[in-house]
Amino acid sequence: MSHLAESKLKLAVFKFASCDGCQLSLLDCEDELLTVAGLVEIAYFLEASSTIVKGPYDITLVEGSITTPHDQQRIQEIRRQSKILITIGACATSGGIQALRNWGDHQEFLKAVYARPDYISSLASSTAIADHVKVEYELRGCPINRHQLLDVIRSLLAGSKPRLPAYGVCVECKLRGTVCIAVARGVPCLGPLTQAGCGAICPAYDRGCYTCFGPAYQANARSLIQHYRSQGITGDSLIPLLRNYNAHAPEFRDISSRLDGKFPLPMTGT
Amino acid sequence: MTPSRTIQVNALTRVEGEGGLHIRLKGNVIEDLQLAIYEPPRFFEAFLRGRPLNEVPDVVARICGICPIAYQMTAVHAMENALSITVPHEIRQLRRLLYCGEWIESHVLHVHLLHAPDYFGCTSGIQLAERFPQEVTRGLRLKKHGNELLEILGGRAIHPINVAVGGFYRVPRREELARLIPDFQWGLEAAVAATRWVAAFPIPEMSRPYDMVALVHPDEYPMNEGNICSTTGLNLPFDEYENVFEEEQVQHSTALHSVYKQTRACYHVGPLARVNLNFDMLSPMAQQVAAEVGFTVPCNNPFQSIIARCLEVVHAYEEALDILQNYRPFAPARQNAAYQKAEGCAATEAPRGLIYHRYQVDEQGKVTFAKIVPPTSQNQRQMEDDLREYLPRLIHLADAQVASECERLIRCYDPCISCSTHFLKLTVDRG
Ligand code: SF4
Ligand code: SF4
Repeated sequence: MSHLAESKLKLAVFKFASCDGCQLSLLDCEDELLTVAGLVEIAYFLEASSTIVKGPYDITLVEGSITTPHDQQRIQEIRRQSKILITIGACATSGGIQALRNWGDHQEFLKAVYARPDYISSLASSTAIADHVKVEYELRGCPINRHQLLDVIRSLLAGSKPRLPAYGVCVECKLRGTVCIAVARGVPCLGPLTQAGCGAICPAYDRGCYTCFGPAYQANARSLIQHYRSQGITGDSLIPLLRNYNAHAPEFRDISSRLDGKFPLPMTGT
Repeated sequence: MTPSRTIQVNALTRVEGEGGLHIRLKGNVIEDLQLAIYEPPRFFEAFLRGRPLNEVPDVVARICGICPIAYQMTAVHAMENALSITVPHEIRQLRRLLYCGEWIESHVLHVHLLHAPDYFGCTSGIQLAERFPQEVTRGLRLKKHGNELLEILGGRAIHPINVAVGGFYRVPRREELARLIPDFQWGLEAAVAATRWVAAFPIPEMSRPYDMVALVHPDEYPMNEGNICSTTGLNLPFDEYENVFEEEQVQHSTALHSVYKQTRACYHVGPLARVNLNFDMLSPMAQQVAAEVGFTVPCNNPFQSIIARCLEVVHAYEEALDILQNYRPFAPARQNAAYQKAEGCAATEAPRGLIYHRYQVDEQGKVTFAKIVPPTSQNQRQMEDDLREYLPRLIHLADAQVASECERLIRCYDPCISCSTHFLKLTVDRG
């Protein structure tokens, strides 16, 4: 029995630059939502509830990346208010798709989208939450896998340490019984570099993994990329595969920059 | 001297994304009203440049986790228009099925978890479930059907991976889709019951002189294509969108506002607009339940948009069932075309309303230009306009109540703020 049963844990969900997809994953737990809501106190979750309970919070889920000066401050305050801080999704764990700005000219991006860039306050970089504050657990994915999220919440409620997979997508692919499209058909698949969690969906739908769960533990990116290049696959088609939802994860950032000779902004550049 | 009064909603709740509302009153006169979307900009249009066109559906999905299909499909149609790809009937049907999945998932979420709580003084769907356990549980089950359909056809519900320019990466096996049929049969009945439940809510009276804009198609309820039509008589091919509408930037919002180019007037997009312009194209069951609950068009009450949303869910179930029952796998899963320097645009119907994309691509199939107009930025000016009309009714109330009433009105639009910057903090200044 949970030692926390007497007083419900306070759960908070905060959002930074993101698409809301990861926090939506919680609302997408249709079968479990009301049970979860019975076990924890939803203290702060703007997308789902108008009740706002002040911190401190026992479990804080953070979605999104840091892209504005204001958000640089806000995350510090959230950290102070949180016992356990869990980042959810590629935006929060590696800067997300918006980290593509780290390779570009931020001023030019602003001008391309806004007639009056001076009205907009944003940083030249998009960075992961862990680049700013200490983070207890990271849930990967764009979006996260909701079963993984439930597992983590369950473990914390039971007072145990959540376990997250440390193996790659290839293992899930084998478990699913998918024929390897990289071996059988020469499709460049980044499954070998990618942390498990998605259930190896892409190969099961006849396409290569585009690594939305970010780098696997001890992934050997250089060797896989060398292998694909020796098969005649050009850097031109490999770079966009590496440089998307987790573009700023160190492993992908380095290898993709090696391929095109362009290096991104440092992690906390403004 | 009349004192100033400021009412501020710092963060709008039960909406997707982040925004606020600032109102400044001098006595009973509204001096200033700003719907401020402060969602940080993410620059999609800028960084799409240089990327391969076949990746665009994956990237634009990330604009919004609630309606990724609308982004994916609008991009796909625009690319296909650029490359002169015509897809066969089978692909078109599967795509409509995908829209049905997204409409069900998104509308049911909004109706049950985000909007219905307003009618009963509840702060969340979870709290509402204590009062209406059966109704909310039914809603969750409906929502799950939408998501399951997306999972099978799209690979997953949020940011599906199976949508491709020209078609799909893989078409489903017959049994994969067929196993949804019993759930969808149950769901159709349940969606009708949900509509009856919602129609009996204490819905406020209000009528606005809306100019409603939606796609209209001669043979079907609009999802993926049609002419751009309005309740004031506009009827244009979709590729003339930019001749008529334009986006402008305002200081108080990171989302651009769309207006009519000539008159600078605002307009209304979304389920209420679609139902008003396409009532006769709704499925038989949706029309029947509309008649039963006394919903008629023209309907200019924003608070009735929740009924329009429910009718669309009934429609989506009926259409989805038809496609599921008649589905036979086919090959090839997608049409290919040679890359060429080209430009293409498309407009489709996201759950929240009209969405427009335009792209230019080069000979290597790389994007050289992207323009994306999401539904919420089109509705933003209209929401401000509605609030101006609604506020005088509220002015006698305490600030906190003014704020929550304003939020309720805004919620009728199911605004998706992540999309529009790609919602809501309320400040009321009483002067
Ligand atoms: S990681 Fe992906 S799904 Fe999650 S918030 Fe970021 S863009 Fe959305
Ligand atoms: S298809 Fe991709 S993920 Fe699956 S086993 Fe092959 S390389 Fe690994």
